Amino acid sequence: MSAQTLVTWVVVVAGFALTVKPLGTYMARVFTGEPTVLDRPLGPVEDRIFRVLGVRGEASMSAVEYGTAFVLTNLAWLLISYALLRAQGILPFNPQHFPGINPLLAFNTAASFTTNTNWQAYSGENTMSYFSQFANLGFLQFVTPASGAAVGIAFVRAIAGRKLGNFFVDLVRVCTRLLLPLAFLLALVLVAQGVPETLSRYLDVHTITGHTQVVPRGPIASWESIEHLGENGGGFTNANSASPLENPTPLTNILLTLAMGLVPVAFFYMFGELTGRRRVAWTLIGVGSAFFLLMLAMIYFPEHAGNPLIRGLGLATHGNMVGKEVRFGVGGTSIFETATMAFTTGSVASAHDSFLPVPQLAFFLGMFLNLVFGGKGVGLLNMLMLVILTVFLMGLMVGRTPEFLGKKIESREVSLTAIAFLLHPLLILAGTALAAATPAGRAGVFNPGPHGLSEILYGFTSGAANNGSAMGGLSASLPFYEVAIGIATLVGRYASIMAMLLVGESLLRKKSVPVTSGTMRTDGLMFGGILFASILVLNALTFFPVAALGPIAEHYLLLGFRHV
Amino acid sequence: MRQVLGVSLALWLLLGLGYPLVTTAIAGVLFPRQAAGSPVVVHGVVVAAQNVGQSFGGTGYFWGRPSATVSLRTGRPEPYNALNSGPSNLGPSNPVLLARIRARIRRLVAATPGLTARRIPADLVEGSGSGLDPDISPAAARIQIPRVARATGLSRAFLGRLVAEFTRGPEFGLIGRPTVNVTQLNLRLAEVLGQVPHGGGRGRHRR
Repeated sequence: MSAQTLVTWVVVVAGFALTVKPLGTYMARVFTGEPTVLDRPLGPVEDRIFRVLGVRGEASMSAVEYGTAFVLTNLAWLLISYALLRAQGILPFNPQHFPGINPLLAFNTAASFTTNTNWQAYSGENTMSYFSQFANLGFLQFVTPASGAAVGIAFVRAIAGRKLGNFFVDLVRVCTRLLLPLAFLLALVLVAQGVPETLSRYLDVHTITGHTQVVPRGPIASWESIEHLGENGGGFTNANSASPLENPTPLTNILLTLAMGLVPVAFFYMFGELTGRRRVAWTLIGVGSAFFLLMLAMIYFPEHAGNPLIRGLGLATHGNMVGKEVRFGVGGTSIFETATMAFTTGSVASAHDSFLPVPQLAFFLGMFLNLVFGGKGVGLLNMLMLVILTVFLMGLMVGRTPEFLGKKIESREVSLTAIAFLLHPLLILAGTALAAATPAGRAGVFNPGPHGLSEILYGFTSGAANNGSAMGGLSASLPFYEVAIGIATLVGRYASIMAMLLVGESLLRKKSVPVTSGTMRTDGLMFGGILFASILVLNALTFFPVAALGPIAEHYLLLGFRHV
Repeated sequence: MRQVLGVSLALWLLLGLGYPLVTTAIAGVLFPRQAAGSPVVVHGVVVAAQNVGQSFGGTGYFWGRPSATVSLRTGRPEPYNALNSGPSNLGPSNPVLLARIRARIRRLVAATPGLTARRIPADLVEGSGSGLDPDISPAAARIQIPRVARATGLSRAFLGRLVAEFTRGPEFGLIGRPTVNVTQLNLRLAEVLGQVPHGGGRGRHRR
């Protein structure tokens, strides 16, 4: 490992470590209505919005009201976004004169951006006008992560024994107090580093060898910063953050990596602040960090050692550079891809289809688990879902009633949690099976052998996990995948969130039970270890068979080649 | 429902219009060159976007990384097509990947006096993630010097100094890899050889 790789990793990890507490504390203050530094500039703007709408911040919603507001708002965005995409041809800010988007692609794109998935069955630079990019999809990159975060905040309030709060107030505050200021600052730094930010048409270049090259530009920096701060992950161009237009330097690579994780990690700390259980929060942060580092190692070391097939050619260097950019190298690429899979961003700084099988497994691990900090709010929901399952399993083993944060976990909570937990593999495995069994699904596969199955599996996993990255060889623009993955993203997003909101409300209604010497602890190394292990075991039981047919089979295929 | 649409409209004005337009206005004032896509202008002609690679096939130029981009109209290979960025997506076990890398090694060895596969760094024969990577590693530039020297008549020592001059990074000496921007290196080479395009008329339009 080179010194540069080490420094890059240390900067990123230290960035998370140093911000988790101050940012988490700040968020806790914002969402409990305590005064913060941004009250003075932003308070009046928010108040005006709330007054015009007749939203009274102090009036709390019930879980059903909160969930309904969440779903209705998302539905409205989905429809508006669809209509605007269809009408692209007659809307302004379209210097390249791109026509309206066809119905299937418009549905897939609107569904994917509304669910914060940002799966892209199109190439931005030759399909989307500037208006579609910033005023439609870019807008969704703010509000959809904010609405997911709002639900996470409501859930945390519920298990902290507070009122759920008002969805609209939370939605606006996540945007104004968190995303907007950070996005604005990051965008300016990105421009300074060489990311375009303009409304002028594409650049016509008369190349050095006398040809013509049309170089896309546009408001890329402002897109790129919220793409990562919101863990959205939709690229302005097809190559996403591998493109030198979006991610031009090793420094921007680090900043974008940091931008993806700052808020999701701090969300875990905010949970500790609001519930008063900081030790539990640190334990969960520890478990998340352990998975993060495991994924980083699983990605970096095999890629650094290189493809056994290509090693046989005897080149001067062995690191796998297929689909990677020279300025990041294997080290910088690895930390970016770890972050994008852990925080379910789904933007890519390299070609995931060209990674070796063990790194592919790490990508799958991030999406199967969906709780290695995950998207803001939603990742925490998933982690708490596994905590509830874990205390339930522990309770079964030792014959005690399971408790979490002083509340008894009983049949209703376990049933709802189990539904939310099982939905994810159901969508992934049923979708993959359907695609693998039908000619329409198989037609989209690009690479031969087990790798082809991995491409299908990756597509459905990415949709259900609301990640949005792809093994790019899969023909995502086939009608079969536009519809099937579109449905997986929608169900994956809303059904599990609703189930967890109901769990939260059910816990809120319960009386607290006093802590005794017989209470099972849900913090510390012991519980962290059990949680880590049960996350692994529960997911392995679900996903091992399909992983064995995909990346694991390809791994042994590659090892076998060496001896031919 | 009124609240749903009202909040959406208010946030749209703030985030969908206000944020990108204000950011664009401020960025254009603070960093006008970068905001415009970092165009490189010679004799009044935009000859490159600084961060975007170009296709160099002739023996008299340094070659960049293989690019898998294709033409939007025909679907046929069109390296460094910035309108259709993307990688090859070839998987590690795909025989096509191995065949392509072998062919690139053969082409490099055949064109370069005294070169063996053992001295070729992987980045010169493996395609990039964007298809637009402007950079290669310094070693990948150095091994091309004998070929460029033979084709242009420039001395190897001069070309060696040129490569060293265009070697950048790691940033702050600490992060990222050392790189050679092939676009900038070749632009300098073209200037030395008096081959820089004058005016737009010489460009062969492909679109």
